[in-house]
Amino acid sequence: MNTITKLAYSVAVVCAAFTIYSCKPAGPDKVLTGDAASKAYVAPGKYDEFYNIVSGGFNGQIGIYGLPSGRLFKIIPVFSTFPENGYGYSEESKPMLNTSNGFVPWDDLHHISLSTTNGEHDGRWAFANGNNTPRVARIDLKTFKTVEILELPNSGGNHSSPYITENTEYVVASTRFSIPIGDNTDVPISSYKENFKGTVSFIKVDTSGHMKIAFQLVTPGVNFDLARAGKGPSHGWFFFSCYNTEQAYTLLEVNASQKDKDFIMAVNWKKAEEYIQAGKGKTTKARYAHNVHNESTHQATSTILEEVLQLDPAELKDIIYFIPCPKSPHGCDVDPSGEFIVGSGKLAALIPVFSFDKIQKAIANKEFEGDFAGLPVIKYESALYGEVTKPGLGPLHTEFDANGNAYTSFFVSSEIVKWNLKDLKVLDRVPTYYSIGHLCVPGGPTKKPHGKYVIAYNKITKDRYLPTGPELTQSAQLYDISGEKMKLILDFPTTGEPHYAEAIPAEMLMPKSTKIYRLEDNQHPYVAKGEGQTKVERKGNEVHVYMTAIRSHLTPDNIEGIKQGDDVYFHVTNLEQDWDVPHGFAIKGANNAEILIMPGETQTLKWKADRTGVFPYYCTDFCSALHQEMQGYARVSAPGSNVPLKYSTGKTDDQTSGAGQ
Amino acid sequence: MKKLFLIMLIGAIFVACGPDKPRTSENEDSDSYENIHSNEGANAVAANVNDGKGIGQVTEVTLNTPLEQERIGRGKAIYEMKCQACHRIDDQRVVGPGWKDVTKRRKPEWIMNMITNVDVMLDKDAEAQKLLELCLTRMPNQNVSVGDARDVLEFMRQNDGQK
Repeated sequence: MNTITKLAYSVAVVCAAFTIYSCKPAGPDKVLTGDAASKAYVAPGKYDEFYNIVSGGFNGQIGIYGLPSGRLFKIIPVFSTFPENGYGYSEESKPMLNTSNGFVPWDDLHHISLSTTNGEHDGRWAFANGNNTPRVARIDLKTFKTVEILELPNSGGNHSSPYITENTEYVVASTRFSIPIGDNTDVPISSYKENFKGTVSFIKVDTSGHMKIAFQLVTPGVNFDLARAGKGPSHGWFFFSCYNTEQAYTLLEVNASQKDKDFIMAVNWKKAEEYIQAGKGKTTKARYAHNVHNESTHQATSTILEEVLQLDPAELKDIIYFIPCPKSPHGCDVDPSGEFIVGSGKLAALIPVFSFDKIQKAIANKEFEGDFAGLPVIKYESALYGEVTKPGLGPLHTEFDANGNAYTSFFVSSEIVKWNLKDLKVLDRVPTYYSIGHLCVPGGPTKKPHGKYVIAYNKITKDRYLPTGPELTQSAQLYDISGEKMKLILDFPTTGEPHYAEAIPAEMLMPKSTKIYRLEDNQHPYVAKGEGQTKVERKGNEVHVYMTAIRSHLTPDNIEGIKQGDDVYFHVTNLEQDWDVPHGFAIKGANNAEILIMPGETQTLKWKADRTGVFPYYCTDFCSALHQEMQGYARVSAPGSNVPLKYSTGKTDDQTSGAGQ
Repeated sequence: MKKLFLIMLIGAIFVACGPDKPRTSENEDSDSYENIHSNEGANAVAANVNDGKGIGQVTEVTLNTPLEQERIGRGKAIYEMKCQACHRIDDQRVVGPGWKDVTKRRKPEWIMNMITNVDVMLDKDAEAQKLLELCLTRMPNQNVSVGDARDVLEFMRQNDGQK
């Protein structure tokens, strides 16, 4: 036996050994079943069953994935600039990121809410929160584009958001950090108890999707964490988890973990509406931006609003009740029937399940144990349906299937635990790799969960993927829940850090996906509807190029007469009217980005002509066999030169005479 | 020895537990994207092959004399917005062929099918394919309705000197 054969032989033995070994349930693979691959496999050319709409956390974006394949289809920039398509760089989209602090091109996007009608998914919009510079965004699910962003005044950080009511009447936004609000905000930090307030904004959503703050509830200073609306019998109520009821303002890790119980805050928003109608709201001064994208003009506008209507629940009774909930509650989830409210104390070793029916009786019978800053606190036992005992360590969030089961994520013990809503018995548990945060059952927060899968969104991946230096990929894990036992069938990497996500059946979105923008409907002020309308105009030191793009040329593709120091605006209209034929536009030395222009759309790239010379521009999105020919030249002359403004495509001058001497 | 090695290796592969369900071959999938689309094409070809009218929903066009002036105006506007970037109205070819005398070269049905059903035409119609070989850029679907294509046709007739 020569050495090579020996080596090959031993490789085969090792190989065989490993193959046999892999049959034994051992190590992390033990939850992986034999047919896992076929369950997550979507054949080439086939479609996924679900869209998974996943928050990107600190990237300020949303990722659109397919389930069960885990394939990434699209990244939607929401609170972030995106040089890939020019969002936040094009003149049209810059206003989307305007705030009372000016242009804020980043945020921390944590949670997704898909619009519902009668408590069920309706496939119109996705809402997303900006945690840092408090904002709520609306994404149109026909175009998968951010179409509206509303800033929130009197908020220190919009974490407990953008949860919605049963018919998408309201989106809520409550502050994570309480702060001093109103006229006197320059106060000692140590005066937290006296001066710091929380706010909960109820944002009205009209039938076209447009958002407006209807009212703000001013609450005692605490941290609001998460929230869910009631539904069915509990429609008209909203539930918010609160922590730091200790009202600590330093070393919260210790100081906000003193009390045995914090609260779930129950809000009777129908009652709040009555007070508003009765004129009990106080109009207060504020300053916040409202940004709306218009699909006809293909432009966004930003308006600064200066007033907000506030209600004081300490004065106006019966809006707010507190329910004690163990150990810094994080998740606060309402089951499909609307009867059960599940609180998840981050540091608790049990899960309390509250009954809406019992809460109502407790309020009627005034079964209160006292008050918190003047607001009634219901007795724990009076609101409690029961406790899930010994479920795991560090419960965070709960989703539901259509069969009366709940699925709770456990960060500390890194697992998903399935339990029954009726008898509160633990039915099954599976490990996650590693440290799960949120989880998602398709339709889990609605009245009619679609079920079938639960997806874990993990905080740590450690050894699960090929390493990529100190920063590793984030990940999701897909489990089949169609049987009694949960089965891990797929790991897939995600962009940014996934927090909450929702999933919706593909057939609810696919048929209405926008394919093109009709040229006939384009109302952009600088549109060129056809090459006959292309032109170059000078307005002082601004040069406006009305340009068209079609496979495979830009018109005009020769421009002269630009002067050094000019601001040149390339308004590019894509004349294509076919699906999946965007054109791109880029010019040498641009300080912003490229732009992508969808069929029938007009987008504008601003370019500073800061030096003389001839500058190529070209299409950046491979569009045809002659894509590489899709180019042009812009000539920039010295400020005092007499080169006339002229432009053309397909016009050839005699080489010896030269163009525009 | 080599044989033993092979047997070991093959054995190793077969020992792998969790026998995968035999997957149906992708070719058998009746609803794959390719199949749906090639079937569409096949049926269409069978419906109107070789009559010079092209492939699509336009099977019979009635031409009136004198020309319908209203259609000409609308057709010209559509031409300027959606066609002019590639088609001149003289006989000069830029991206696509010039339109001069197109109504003399082609049946009206062929022209309207080319405008409204361009992807199938380029895949199945021999004349359209010859043009693709010549121009090397696929004519885009410009989302023109059959009614609008009829207006464009009237504009072409006028351009060709018909009264």
